[in-house]
Amino acid sequence: MPNHGTTGACGLTNAQEREIVIGPAGAPDRYWRELWQYRELFAFLAWRDILVRYKQTVFGVAWSVIRPIMTMLAFTFIFGKLAHLPSEGVTYPILVYTAILPWQLFSSSLAESGNSIVSNANLISKVYFPRLIVLGGAVVVSMADFAISAGVLAFLMALYGFSPGLPILALPFFLLIGLLASVGGGLWFAALNVKYRDFRHVIPFLLQFGLYVSPVGFSSGIVPDRWRLIYSVNPMVGVIDGFRWAVLGANSPFYWPGFLLSMVLSSMIFISGLRYFRKTERVFADVI
Amino acid sequence: MAPVIEATGLGKKYILRHSSRGRSDTLRDALTASARELGRRILHFSDRGSSSDPLCDEFWALKDVFLEIRQGDRFGLIGRNGAGKSTLLKILSRITLPSEGKVRIRGRVATLLEVGTGFHPELTGRENLFLNGAILGMRGAEIRKKFDSIVEFAEVERFLDTPVKRYSSGMYVRLAFAVAAHLEPEILLIDEVLAVGDAQFQKKCLGKMEDLGKEGRTILFVSHNLAAVESLCNRAVVLRGGTNGHVGTPREVIREYLEEMERDIDQPIAERRDRTGKGRIFIRDIRFEGARSGNVYEIGEDIRVRLTLVSRYDETVNARLAVSIRTAAGSPLIVCDSLQKGEIHEIPGGRDVSVTCRICAPSLNLGEYHVNVAVFHGNEAEDWLAHAARFSIASGSFQGFVNYLPFPILSAFEWKVEP
Repeated sequence: MPNHGTTGACGLTNAQEREIVIGPAGAPDRYWRELWQYRELFAFLAWRDILVRYKQTVFGVAWSVIRPIMTMLAFTFIFGKLAHLPSEGVTYPILVYTAILPWQLFSSSLAESGNSIVSNANLISKVYFPRLIVLGGAVVVSMADFAISAGVLAFLMALYGFSPGLPILALPFFLLIGLLASVGGGLWFAALNVKYRDFRHVIPFLLQFGLYVSPVGFSSGIVPDRWRLIYSVNPMVGVIDGFRWAVLGANSPFYWPGFLLSMVLSSMIFISGLRYFRKTERVFADVI
Repeated sequence: MAPVIEATGLGKKYILRHSSRGRSDTLRDALTASARELGRRILHFSDRGSSSDPLCDEFWALKDVFLEIRQGDRFGLIGRNGAGKSTLLKILSRITLPSEGKVRIRGRVATLLEVGTGFHPELTGRENLFLNGAILGMRGAEIRKKFDSIVEFAEVERFLDTPVKRYSSGMYVRLAFAVAAHLEPEILLIDEVLAVGDAQFQKKCLGKMEDLGKEGRTILFVSHNLAAVESLCNRAVVLRGGTNGHVGTPREVIREYLEEMERDIDQPIAERRDRTGKGRIFIRDIRFEGARSGNVYEIGEDIRVRLTLVSRYDETVNARLAVSIRTAAGSPLIVCDSLQKGEIHEIPGGRDVSVTCRICAPSLNLGEYHVNVAVFHGNEAEDWLAHAARFSIASGSFQGFVNYLPFPILSAFEWKVEP
């Protein structure tokens, strides 16, 4: 249903350009063009996801503030107060919070997009649209959450009298790398979930595990130097380090090899995920 | 002029997996089938190419479909359960892809496979109206322009800001229809959606569809409702076992369809393919007990429908059983559904079971009747056949009189002239 402006008289005059041939391989040459044509539906689905997220919740948007702050308090207490881990010369709560931001974006966009196809099964089996847009809608919701949590960070930094330097300009770049990793994982899980519902259980487990092995509650500076490259096989290590560096500036030294490794791995996850998704999406309606 | 829809040699294959343990699609099963198999399946994902597996069976839901639909056609697609109507519609609307052949479509397509696709219970009527419109392919500006007209059509002004989960089912359906009725695609594909809603509203919708046809839009209409097809369509085709017959006027095609149904009804039930359901409980045989040869009863006699079921479940399962009596043309007369009485029946697994439904002295007149039979487990149909068998009532009388007029239901009555 490409959306063309004319909905009145419908002669076949300009039908030639709208002709489509569907065979066993679909209509692959139209893939990206179609994605663009469906941008309005994408916006509507994202809008729906955001609306639904806060309907029937007492605190509504406040949840996007409460969750990261509670996590921050818990981690500061455990890692900072009880374990006395070093804080790179920054206030411990801010050290933790700068990692919670990218981690939460990663985990919620991975989880939401990984479940997005299955939770929209009804749509998938009744209407055609490029399946990617459902996934995109899920990511937009996570981004909205992220924006709110980022506002909290700005507030915290003002509270502790902390002003970021020039590196803050690199923040969008690290954000992008984090999104590549999470959307890449989301693409894989979304497609696998359609056939193997087991992955619904794998995602929360993986994220819970990841929260403790990623440098969220502590600085990755405490990892011995000879292990750091291997530690960076977890793509979120590079992203979180980058975030800390961008926000906290020179206070936290930057480990380049690890970041490059994370970047390469994130891109690989994203590209392979996109390929797998494209390859399998045409049978979603048959297997879902 | 080139046809707007042109299907050449369309086919759709599904792989049926037979497994003694139910669903085989859990990761554990895939893992036990060896890690290599998992890799292969994940990479192939679809069911294609795994036919070497002895537990798999190919099933062609569509085969060799050739169709040409011209601009402005109101095209009726009829056929029985399992004939492939829905599969064809899903291919034309691009929800699923054909396994072979191709289809050429010229123009903007909108599909209505159900009422209210994408409605979210938590959202208000207004929000759902926009969402549903976008899902059906309308642009934001188009929805805003038609907003008032949609609301008026649906008669839900007062409840626009109420979440639809608080709507009555009638309001819900009306809103959903109203959105659909305002679609203005060049090609509209509709599946049975008119089966819901009250009669007046159905009429309104049929009228709307007729208008669309007059504007030169193309409609492909799938229905069991032969009367609706006949009144609405100018051309029609029967789909049978996944293949289409010749295209003709609705009148011709419907006659052909009814004749075919007459032939098929006498086929042994176990061999019939026009059935729907998961098939883990299978209706293997149907008999009319207490009938004379040729399934003939007398007026007022008990009709006992005896089904032989085969359950492939390992354990005893609770089933819901239903039998309905219809006229030969398919109009519903009597339904005997265990759900009505709040009953469920225990069907032991792994063997044949006989179940009997006694329909107590129905007031059926002389004539021929068809029965539909169905077995459900949980919310899903296990096996369901329309026009599964027929019986006739060939003799007898009702309260001492015989009525030869073609009215299927008899009743006692009394006339009185007021003095």
